[in-house]
Amino acid sequence: MSRKPYIREISKTNWFFSQPRYMRYMAREVTCIFILVYTILLVFALKNLAQGPEAYAEFLEALNSPLGILFNLAALVAAVYHSTSWFNVTPQAMPIQRGEEFVPGNIIVGAHYGGWVVISLIVLFLGV
Amino acid sequence: MSERQIQLEVLRYNPETDSEPRFQTYSVPCLNEWVVLDALNYVKDNLDTTLSYRWSCHMAVCGSCGMMVNGEPKLACKAFIHEYGDQIRVEPLANFPIERDLVTVVEDFIAKLASVKPYLIPKEDKPVSAGEFKQTPAQLLTFKQYTLCINCMLCYAACPQYGLVPEFIGPAAIALAHRYNQDSRDGGRDERQEVIASHEGVWECSFVGACSEVCPKHVDPAGALQQVKVASTIDWYKEHLMPWVKK
Ligand code: SF4
Ligand code: FES
Repeated sequence: MSRKPYIREISKTNWFFSQPRYMRYMAREVTCIFILVYTILLVFALKNLAQGPEAYAEFLEALNSPLGILFNLAALVAAVYHSTSWFNVTPQAMPIQRGEEFVPGNIIVGAHYGGWVVISLIVLFLGV
Repeated sequence: MSERQIQLEVLRYNPETDSEPRFQTYSVPCLNEWVVLDALNYVKDNLDTTLSYRWSCHMAVCGSCGMMVNGEPKLACKAFIHEYGDQIRVEPLANFPIERDLVTVVEDFIAKLASVKPYLIPKEDKPVSAGEFKQTPAQLLTFKQYTLCINCMLCYAACPQYGLVPEFIGPAAIALAHRYNQDSRDGGRDERQEVIASHEGVWECSFVGACSEVCPKHVDPAGALQQVKVASTIDWYKEHLMPWVKK
């Protein structure tokens, strides 16, 4: 008896619509684009700053436009989603064993959130 | 004992007569405590003897009854009827070629499993007379969860990366390699690294995490893969930035 295995094709372009968990994964991946764009924005800020107070004021004004505010809000939401989705999987990638037990995952996740708060406070303190 | 009439939609494929698979629906009187495998056995015994599927233990130990139940990779012997509605759709495990009906072709997985040398490679040869290799409970804990794998391949069916890039060595095989690498009695890590730290190894993984979500034994293969990535990255830094440090 000859064999004739049947292969089910997978779409290369829209496979991630087939499962909610794939969509969640894609959301994590796609949100990093906002972080990239924001980083480029920061480089622009530096460039304008280097060009003198007028250029910088102009840049700030552009940021204050509805579009600028909208982008900042969207980038904030995306960055929070992206970061927390990574924080939440850190116990899988970096388990910590103490003797005959593993440190509970929520402590490892909690430490990441804690570090995040501390760094944010420092940035806030330096900013004002 | 309550009974419920279930419409069991099964993907059928006969390589001798069919050019592609098609669904066939069976009406099965199911007891509420049944699992999907019981419903399939009912079909085989009472309705259609030609239906092909794999199973053996009926207790989530042998790993042979993996299939898609309503689109989700499941062990048919652990998928309880009472968790589903009156219509249940059963298909062969995704990402594997269909041999016949619910039976898939698994040679690829078996070859990958063998390629990672999933057995103890002792650090040094020791005559039997020298006694056993001892291990503390703490040393055992470093790999114990990975020993629970039953090779059911649900993780491969859940992994979009394996579906798109069939060369990917995949979750269970790499998790098993990690299991031996972590074992204090083992000295075979360098040999396994050649396979699992390659491009087709962990670096093909983008940490979707689906494998760990569907694993019926809570092996957490995704975690194992990320740990292999971390260890391989440390290797790289040691080799390139601190060549004087011996591994
Ligand atoms: S890791 Fe889990 S899902 Fe994958 S083969 Fe092993 S038991 Fe099955
Ligand atoms: S029949 Fe053995 S795992 Fe389901």
